[in-house]
Formats: sequence, structure tokens, C-alpha cells
Amino acid sequence: MNDFSLWDILRNLLMALRWTVVLSLIAFVGGGLVGGLLLYFRLRAGKVLERFIGGYVALFQGTPLLMQLFLAYFGIALFGIDVSAWTAASVALTLYTSAYLTEIWRGCVASIPKGQWEASGSLALTFGEQLRHVVLPQAVKIATAPTVGFLVQVIKGTALASVIGFVELTKAGSMISNATFRPFEVFSCVALLYFVLCFPVSLYAKYHERKTYGRRA
Amino acid sequence: MAAVLEKPIAKVDELGPPIVRITALRKSYGTNEVLKGIDLDVKRGEVIAIIGKSGSGKSTLLRCINGLEVFQHGSLTVDGKPLLHESAMAMRELRQHVGMIFQNFNLFPHLTVGKNVMLAPTLVKKRASAEAIAQAKKLLERVGLAEKFDAMPDQLSGGQQQRVAIARALAMEPAVLLCDEITSALDPELVGEVLRVVESLAVEGMTLLMVTHEMSFARKVSNRVIFMHQGRVHEMGPPADLFGKPQTPELRQFLSSLHD
Repeated sequence: MNDFSLWDILRNLLMALRWTVVLSLIAFVGGGLVGGLLLYFRLRAGKVLERFIGGYVALFQGTPLLMQLFLAYFGIALFGIDVSAWTAASVALTLYTSAYLTEIWRGCVASIPKGQWEASGSLALTFGEQLRHVVLPQAVKIATAPTVGFLVQVIKGTALASVIGFVELTKAGSMISNATFRPFEVFSCVALLYFVLCFPVSLYAKYHERKTYGRRA
Repeated sequence: MAAVLEKPIAKVDELGPPIVRITALRKSYGTNEVLKGIDLDVKRGEVIAIIGKSGSGKSTLLRCINGLEVFQHGSLTVDGKPLLHESAMAMRELRQHVGMIFQNFNLFPHLTVGKNVMLAPTLVKKRASAEAIAQAKKLLERVGLAEKFDAMPDQLSGGQQQRVAIARALAMEPAVLLCDEITSALDPELVGEVLRVVESLAVEGMTLLMVTHEMSFARKVSNRVIFMHQGRVHEMGPPADLFGKPQTPELRQFLSSLHD
């Protein structure tokens, strides 16, 4: 069985890597959209909805992502809906990401001085106009570094999708390891590939942070 | 009499209906009542200075007029239209008639000076871009900052920023301008340039309500001074009377505390 060369291992892992990337993108885009929507409702709506969204955030931040994946995979099936590993992983990661992003972004919006709301409000701008033209342009600047930083967490989080049978990088790694009996080599490659994916993202977050905050100092 | 003649002659419309009418207005934060029944009519073109100790409710009163603070009892009309907090449409309408200038300028730091002035007219009044640019340039020239059109707010001094804020408020062509301690955050040498702009507005007939600690300025430009004490209008009258012969011990004490 030991006719796998290092290149074979890497080649197979690279094939699986794209599913890690795709799943990360789904989680990030979906989570961003849901998180943005939640943020809007949080800023706009009254206390009841705010509390509900607060609970949603607490729930997803207070439970392991692994459990969320299990619950999405086995929980939805209880209602007689046949879920693939794909769907379950996408749903769980999207919700998980949305909870974190809405919280990060809420903090960024809250950090914009109250005077900006008051000044734009007394110029007769509507809530939407205040948000779009005054508050968000300033909040986005602050939010970019922590948001990109969180992307790294999401990429690494996709590894957990392997436990519900989703064949991404980690799952491919264990499959190849089972076939080759060379776990150390295989998982070293897996780790290296995660690093290659995550490091540039972290680097970008750091760069952006310096660009945003460095100028003021 | 000589002191009166020195004053810029603001064109107060004595006969027309009041531009701002405040009736029995009460506001509280929780159980703490900060405005305990305010009645005030402001005539068109009138310049009113509101003075008083901190915590007397003068800023809160000003902020009630454009709906930044919600009050629980009483009524407030601007140009005959009542202030309705529940209606976003009514608030938007009202705020187009009431401009406000803040202690901390509150310019939009991500926009150039010109864009700060143009933002509200283009969004709210749907003014065409070329027209808005022309108006912004004119207003900036009026406050003496024509050359700063493309500057960012953080490149300006405090006094310049506050003058941009005035231009920004004027761009909406308000009927009433509220000034909330607009020189309190400025270095002493920058106060004059801002007050000169406000004075020119007073002369041109703008209705002004200003909370101020600049007593000599209040005395010089206002038609009426209001002394607020513990959430009430404690004393009110022409500046010569209020500063010259204060009637209540509270006002006397307040005025003498300024000279210490």
C-alpha cells in the first residue's frame, strides 16, 4: 500500500483544499449577510428583538462549533429533511460566523461617537442615510482588521466539518493517512496547507490594522 | 440707551406668529425631572441667549427643540408644526427647519469639508451636485474658509472646524439655529472667529437660540436672555435688564460667580 509518493499525498490534499476554501467562503459570505442583517435589526429595532439577537449571539458563542455541526447534521434530519454533510456544514458555519460577525460589527458601530448620530440626525438624514453615509464608512474602517482576523478562525473551523463526513482538507488527510499509514507526513502537509491559507489572511489583517491605526498615532 | 444702540439691530418680527412655541414642557430622566414646565415663544429673527449653571437644563431644553431629547409632557411647535417623536416623517420635516451646532463640532471625519457641507442638501433636499457644490463654496466663503473646500476636518483648527459646522447647518437653510455651547471646546484665541460668524448671522436676521457661557457676547447680540435655574426659566428679559439689574438672588449669585 505504500506506493503513495509525497506528491500523491499533496496532490490529493490540494484537491480537498478547494472544498475547505469553498466552505470558508460560504460561511463568510453567508455569515456576513446574516450578520449584517442582524446588525441592522439590532440598531433599528426595539428592546425585544435586540434581546432575541443577543440571545442568538450568546448561544452560538457559548457552544462549541462541533456541537453546532452535530446539531445541524442530526437535528435537521429529525424533522424528516434529508441533509447532506454539505448543507449541514454550510448552515452551521454560516450561523456560527453570523453570530460572531454581528457582535464584532455591533462593537465597531457602537464605537462611533454619539455626536455623529446627533449631527447627522439634526441635518434631517433618515436612519438609513445616517448609517450609510456617516456611521458605516467610519465603522467599516475600524471593523476591517477584526473581521479579516475572524476569517482565519472560520477557515480553521471548517476542519470540524470533517466529523460529519464532509470531505475537506482534514477529512482528506485522515483518509489518506488511513490508506498510507504515514500519519505524521500526511498531517504535516495538512497543517502546512492550513498555514498557507491562513497566514496571508492574518498578515493582511495586521497590515490593515497598522494602516488604520498607525496613521492616527 | 447708548448700549442698546451699539447692538446689531436684529430684525425681530414682533407681530407674526412665533417660530418656536414651547408650552408647559416637562422632561425627566427616570425619576429625575430636568425640565419642570417651560413656556417660551421665540419670534422670527429673535436672538435668544440661554444662560445658567451646568445642570440647570439649558442644553436639554435646546436639544428638545430639534428632537434630540424626548420630552414627556407639554408641546413644542416649530413654524406651527408640532414636534412628534413617533413620526419619522414629521421629525425629518421639522429638522429641515432647525439647524444645530454642537460643542464638539461633530464634523464627519471621513468626508472633506466640502462634502460635510453638501451631504445633507444632496440627500435630504435632493439638490443636484453642481448646485450643492456652488452653495457649499458660497457658505464656506461666508465663514471665511473658501480655500478649505477639499481639506479634511482633522487638518483644521477647532475654530475652523466649528465654522465648517456652521456652514454645514446653514446649507439646510434652517429657520432656526440652535447653538449648544459652541465655543466651550475652543482655545481662547479661537473663540472670537466663531462668535463673529454667529454675530453676522444675528445681524442678517437668523433666529438664534444659543446656550452660552460668553456673557459679553450674549449681552452684545441677543434680544432676550433667559436665565435657567433648576429646570425652570427663572428670569427672562432684555440683556440690559438681566445683566444690569438682576431681580432674583439666584441670578445675582450666578452673575457674581462669573467674576470670581
